[in-house]
Amino acid sequence: MVTNITNFGRSGLSDWLIQRISAIILALYTLFIVVYLLLNPGLDYATWSGLFAQTWMRIFSLLAFVSMAAHAWIGLWTVTTDYLKHTGIRLAVQTTIILAIFVFLVWGIQVLWGA
Amino acid sequence: MNSKRPVNLDLTTIKFPLPALTSIAHRITGIILFIGLIFAFWALDKSLSSPQGFAAVSDALANNILVKLIAWGLLSALAYHFVAGIKHLLMDIDIGVTLESGVRKAQITVVVSAVLVILAGVWVW
Repeated sequence: MVTNITNFGRSGLSDWLIQRISAIILALYTLFIVVYLLLNPGLDYATWSGLFAQTWMRIFSLLAFVSMAAHAWIGLWTVTTDYLKHTGIRLAVQTTIILAIFVFLVWGIQVLWGA
Repeated sequence: MNSKRPVNLDLTTIKFPLPALTSIAHRITGIILFIGLIFAFWALDKSLSSPQGFAAVSDALANNILVKLIAWGLLSALAYHFVAGIKHLLMDIDIGVTLESGVRKAQITVVVSAVLVILAGVWVW
């Protein structure tokens, strides 16, 4: 029995499900942004900042950023666990990844609510 | 285990099947996208900070060749990761889980993402 202490949900099945739900949210957010940019070729600052001033867009974006955090953690945990066999190196890399995810999340919240 | 079994550890003679290559590419593009978040968040932050910041980002995307290459590279990685991810979701609901359809879907993944990579290049330039 392997004890998981660095993976996201502490259970493989939980990680599997969260990876899929976060994937769908990220796919929808990606499609939204790409379609929005394609439909607004001459985009200006007022329109762009107006979009991100909307409450629903901030909630949608925050949902996407939180999904990114979970998705990246689970994905990169899987990859590092597969290839980094030395426990010390793996733990160091995974800790760095988790800290980077935390920084991205805080950065994203600051952008959305203009700290 | 029978110790007389033939063993092939010469990596140069081992050929990966296409589904293995598309799986590895899914992982590599995932790592690229994670690093690319630095550029994505920077562009979002800058473009929403002020009209000057927005102009700086759109000017860089319109004129700076290095920025264009990064944007194209990240869009390509995103397109591939997206397509390969959809393939995963289809397999989760039991669509195309036989060996033959696995190879077929790996081929479709390569073709569809190649088209998207070209379209992304057209969009950036």
